[in-house]
Amino acid sequence: MSGKDEAELSRLMRAAIAGDERAYADFLHRIAALVRGFVRRKIVQGGVDPEDVVQETLLAIHVKRHTWRQDAPVLPWIYAIARFKLIDAFRRRGRRIEIDVDDIAETFAEPETETVSERDINRALDGLSPAQRSVVSAVSVEGRSIGETAAKFGISETAVRVSLHRGLAAIAKRFGQGRFGRE
Amino acid sequence: MRTDDLIKALDADARSKAMPLSSAWWLATGAAAIIAAVVFLLTIGPRPDFMAAMHTMRFVSKFVFTIVLAVSAFALIRALSTPGAATGRAMAWMMAAPLLVAAAVVLELFAVPEADWGTRLVGSNMMICMGFIPLIGIGPLAIFLWMLRYGAPTRPVLAGAVAGLLAGGLAATFYAAHCFDDSPLFVATWYTIAIAMLALLGALGGRFFVRW
Repeated sequence: MSGKDEAELSRLMRAAIAGDERAYADFLHRIAALVRGFVRRKIVQGGVDPEDVVQETLLAIHVKRHTWRQDAPVLPWIYAIARFKLIDAFRRRGRRIEIDVDDIAETFAEPETETVSERDINRALDGLSPAQRSVVSAVSVEGRSIGETAAKFGISETAVRVSLHRGLAAIAKRFGQGRFGRE
Repeated sequence: MRTDDLIKALDADARSKAMPLSSAWWLATGAAAIIAAVVFLLTIGPRPDFMAAMHTMRFVSKFVFTIVLAVSAFALIRALSTPGAATGRAMAWMMAAPLLVAAAVVLELFAVPEADWGTRLVGSNMMICMGFIPLIGIGPLAIFLWMLRYGAPTRPVLAGAVAGLLAGGLAATFYAAHCFDDSPLFVATWYTIAIAMLALLGALGGRFFVRW
């Protein structure tokens, strides 16, 4: 969290906003590590998966990057978003624990059937329209480029970009409303 | 999805653009002022002796209060909608309008005989005041709450309340041009109640509508 970090991250973010994708990838990897460290220090008890908070924070940073003033330091902005998302996760978890009490009562006879914990973002992904979901999956999980994704689905690159952008915005919105759990 | 995969998706979306928040606030506030002006002119409009009244201290003081409130709320809401921005100074400036009103009330109490305090306080327009300030301010408030969604307020309820104060300051500035009750006693009571209604509405909007 030195001044060097700050200067370097601000520079990368400015380049990213100007359209430099390589700078943006570099920026995102660095802040993922920073936020991961921050969140792990804050979560002392179990219940909230740190990596879920990291992913929610990254997504919020992405969809809210127009709220960063380019002449302001970037680290306070990043940590303010991370803290907000962390508090949100605790709040939601508090609610979910109450629900889990009923779950436990019902499944008491077979406690072995606990499911493997799944990333929150996967459940959020399930809520997208089929077109958005397949584009977001192709670009993220399958690691395809915009061009490759366009070729795979036989649509234009613009259509891929629009679906990707709307899909990410929709996931971020669902995170904001806490509507991605098993309701 | 692994975090590295998520980063691939975010990176592929790097070129998507959105208007910087600070420019958007200026635009939204301009639009809100136009809406308030239109509603004001279509409903009550300025009082007939507006130009003459501009020469009286009490009439002009109303605009000083409402414009100071609007300007300080504008500065604060911009800070509140930006994560990590310092809000201390803007928060302190929010005291300016209430302090000015308080000082004017004290002066008024000295200037006016005690027997007249009641009539000055009650005025002739209090129901219109409490009806029209919220009416003129509701459109601007909707715009400001929408702007809070566009921004990223880490204290949404407080930010919503300040949105109500900004809408209230704006609406009261227009309303003041209509109202014949110029006494600070009237302003301190009824304007405050009307603006507080918008602030309360804004806080509720912040609580239930501003999620991100």
